Amino acid sequence: MTNTDFLSLTPFMILAMAPIIIMIVISIYRNYEVVFGFSVLAFTVAIASIFYILPIIPHSIAPLFIIDSYSLFFLGIILISALLVTLLSYTYLKQLDGIREEYYIIIFTSTLGASLLAVANHFILFFLGIETLTLSLYILIAFEKSKSSSIEAGIKYLILASVSSAFLLFGMGLIYLTFGTMQFSAIVSAMTHLPKLPPLFIYGFGMMLVGIGFKLALVPFHMWTPDVYQGAPAPVSSYIATVSKGAVMAVFIRFFFSIKGFENQSIFMVISGIAILSMFVGNILAIQQKNIKRLLAYSSIANMGYLIIILLTGSDKGIQSAIFYLITYFITTIGAFGVISLLSTKDFEMEEIIDFKGLFWKKPWIAAIFTLSLLSLAGIPITAGFIAKFYLILAGMKAGLLILIFAMIINSVIGLYYYLRVINTMFSTAGNTELPSISVLGKLTLAFISIAILVLGVYPGWLIDFITKFAIL
Amino acid sequence: MILIYLIVILLAGAFLAWLAGNWNAILPRVISLVALGIDLTLLVLFLFQTTTFNAKWLIDIQSNWIPQFGIGMHLALDGLSLLLLLLTFFLGIIAVLISWKEINSKVGFYHFNLLLILAGIVGVFLSLDLFLFYFFWELMLVPMYFLIGIWGHENRTKASYKFFLYTQASGLLMFISILALYFVHGDSTGIYTFDYNQLLGTQMAPTTAILIMSGFLAAFLVKLPVVPLHNWLPDAHSEAPTAGSLILAALLLKTGAYGLLRFVVPLFPSAAQSFAPIGMALGVLGILYGAKLAFAQTDLKRLIAYTSVSHMGFVMLGIFSFNELAYQGVVMQMIAHGISTGALFIMAGQLSERIHTRDINQMGGLWEKAPFMGAIGLVFAMASLGLPGLGNFIAELLILIGAFKVNVLMSVLACVGLIAATLYSLRILQKVFFGKKNTDWKMNDLSIREKVVSVSLVIIIVVLGLFPQPVFDVAKPSLLKTLEKTKIQESGNKTFSTNQLIN
Repeated sequence: MTNTDFLSLTPFMILAMAPIIIMIVISIYRNYEVVFGFSVLAFTVAIASIFYILPIIPHSIAPLFIIDSYSLFFLGIILISALLVTLLSYTYLKQLDGIREEYYIIIFTSTLGASLLAVANHFILFFLGIETLTLSLYILIAFEKSKSSSIEAGIKYLILASVSSAFLLFGMGLIYLTFGTMQFSAIVSAMTHLPKLPPLFIYGFGMMLVGIGFKLALVPFHMWTPDVYQGAPAPVSSYIATVSKGAVMAVFIRFFFSIKGFENQSIFMVISGIAILSMFVGNILAIQQKNIKRLLAYSSIANMGYLIIILLTGSDKGIQSAIFYLITYFITTIGAFGVISLLSTKDFEMEEIIDFKGLFWKKPWIAAIFTLSLLSLAGIPITAGFIAKFYLILAGMKAGLLILIFAMIINSVIGLYYYLRVINTMFSTAGNTELPSISVLGKLTLAFISIAILVLGVYPGWLIDFITKFAIL
Repeated sequence: MILIYLIVILLAGAFLAWLAGNWNAILPRVISLVALGIDLTLLVLFLFQTTTFNAKWLIDIQSNWIPQFGIGMHLALDGLSLLLLLLTFFLGIIAVLISWKEINSKVGFYHFNLLLILAGIVGVFLSLDLFLFYFFWELMLVPMYFLIGIWGHENRTKASYKFFLYTQASGLLMFISILALYFVHGDSTGIYTFDYNQLLGTQMAPTTAILIMSGFLAAFLVKLPVVPLHNWLPDAHSEAPTAGSLILAALLLKTGAYGLLRFVVPLFPSAAQSFAPIGMALGVLGILYGAKLAFAQTDLKRLIAYTSVSHMGFVMLGIFSFNELAYQGVVMQMIAHGISTGALFIMAGQLSERIHTRDINQMGGLWEKAPFMGAIGLVFAMASLGLPGLGNFIAELLILIGAFKVNVLMSVLACVGLIAATLYSLRILQKVFFGKKNTDWKMNDLSIREKVVSVSLVIIIVVLGLFPQPVFDVAKPSLLKTLEKTKIQESGNKTFSTNQLIN
């Protein structure tokens, strides 16, 4: 390994060092504030280090890593989301009984796994990253040991994720069998000599799709989502919805676009089917939910359905719109879950929609931020979600995916119905839920998130420029 | 820059009003009045400075917004939008005044929403970039939803859902059409832009044009509304607070008509003409069906809501007649209907503030209790049935004459609507102010504030009825500009111009 190799891995070194340091710190002096402060610091340094390694990209460490502007862009998104989740976890965990400092160790290991996916150029790293991420997530989901629903969610995730990993691994094996290589670029060059894709490769890809579909919670691999979102601590739910899905999406986009999956008729049909199913199933099931975390789970299924449309565009514009969509989806989801976690107390999880009754008249700003997040998820103008949907529709129409876009439009209207229901509840006359006071840190984080939603909704040009410049495969 | 100020002042006023609502209940009202007052003054000053209205655009400002997609911040003002803006600011002030006593809870947030809706409406009337237009179009939606959903009457939740879902669904169809137009234009010229001026005259196959146009039609016909897409309107109008009903009826419906005039006809001239028979038929259907249903209502606000459906049928009929006479009538109808129906909703609001019911079967004989209110009600019921001397008469007459030249059958059927209008208008008077007293209500006549509001509306509707020429002069260039696109060469001699008719 050369010096440049080491240099280019700086963010990962930091992410790997941080949990070790926290462990040492805990064994000497256990203090929640110190550990939290250190985690925030480590994330900030890791984010800063991305700028530090910018001059040396693109750089690849054969055969596993590829560090180009695309991966650094995703790395940035992943780290910032992880930082925001960390900030919003502070209050939620502080009030828990027993040990809670270890939470931050696991956040780091899972983020390390997610970051590895962003730079993966090889099945081995792909699998390593996914497993590091998933193993850490089991622990995070089941972190509230005293709650049976949390444990149940953790076990559910553990079993289903293991099965899906097996599928993923089997798929990788089949592709390896076909081409004798596990490196993305080598697979691509092996494919170019073939007149058409060998069936074994298609089977392999199908198997991989099962595993990836599970991680992204696409229909029909979505069964775990509502239960896990509901059982997991609220900040962890937002972590699963954003960091975990974003990282998998990063590597999937890279893989899919390098093998040009959209050119194959059967793959095209399968992805279209999954997209349409995810939209409809996610939205229709969301309508009936009484629990806000389950509602957001189903809404995330629908959102992933919208997002995978761009896989079929096969254009740079598609990738850019996907990244813009992911960024706004991350901000919005973290905002929504952030509100839930800040309003929850040790004995009372703010998760039934009815608990939000009259929230606007008790905590107008928090309710306004929650409303903003929901409107952004629904794609209403002046929020970032609107521009994101617009960008996605634009890319989709450009590629002629009219049926998919039409399905998306229909689903936007269905989706609106249940978002409105939550908003309506917040604005109806006051209920009798007792609400905790909210820490300054939480307020600041939420304020940052809502400003980001508004800025991206009204003045998105700079981010689009930024994405077009950097997020190129 | 004045156009940007108009919007920014409203937005700033909205946020200030919300903040001020935390300390004081009067402050938000004052802030809203000041913001709207400044806007109205700016516009009136501009109106007096302008000597000729013949320029293509009186003000035209353009700058980049999201250049990557060819989206610009393009605002422009012509005669048509000028008239509608005057109406918007004037009725905005009225809306604040009539909420003075009615709205007592969450005053700050109420005025925030009110000003935000108005900002959206102003944006819609000014945007010349289709993306920006859609942006403002949707911006009106959420605050209106809150206005109905929070301060509305008993069934407000259902009404607000219905309003939101109808408008949002149809708006998304329009959005798809806007994007389709963007791509059709971009693919043929290589310039991908949402700019109105550039998209004008886009070449496309007739079927494509009809498909794209139908998306726009969906949004505008729902908003107008045209039977059978009117289902949201009675609920939204009757459940909204008074100012909400006023804004819905007087301004929001006009955005639909404005959209047809500004976008559908110029962008798709030939497709619009092939749609004309259907459009006129739908208009007539709306006139008759709305009038019939209005006659059958017992809820006063619902009754007035259905008269809106009927009156908007005239707008539809006029727009698809494609001649100047009808178009002048349409513009006049937009303004006169805004004033007269707005006034009727205000009256309904004043009544329910006093006797806490909207059921006209429980009213009756109120004239002796409140003669002033009765007199005002009389004027606007007369306006609604099209009495000569009031603005609505001019409007409906011009539309009928204009439509007569194109389709005799339709205008004859529409005339029947005038008779129906007489029936339901007189029924309002009979049930509310005359007739036998069903309940002995204790009520006061109008207060000074309410008198000021009502009298100013009366003055305007009378002035519009007696001296409509200035309105025609201001609107004429923009209407000709719209008509020019349809390339109908009217047989010059037979056409008698608006001027001759009035003189």
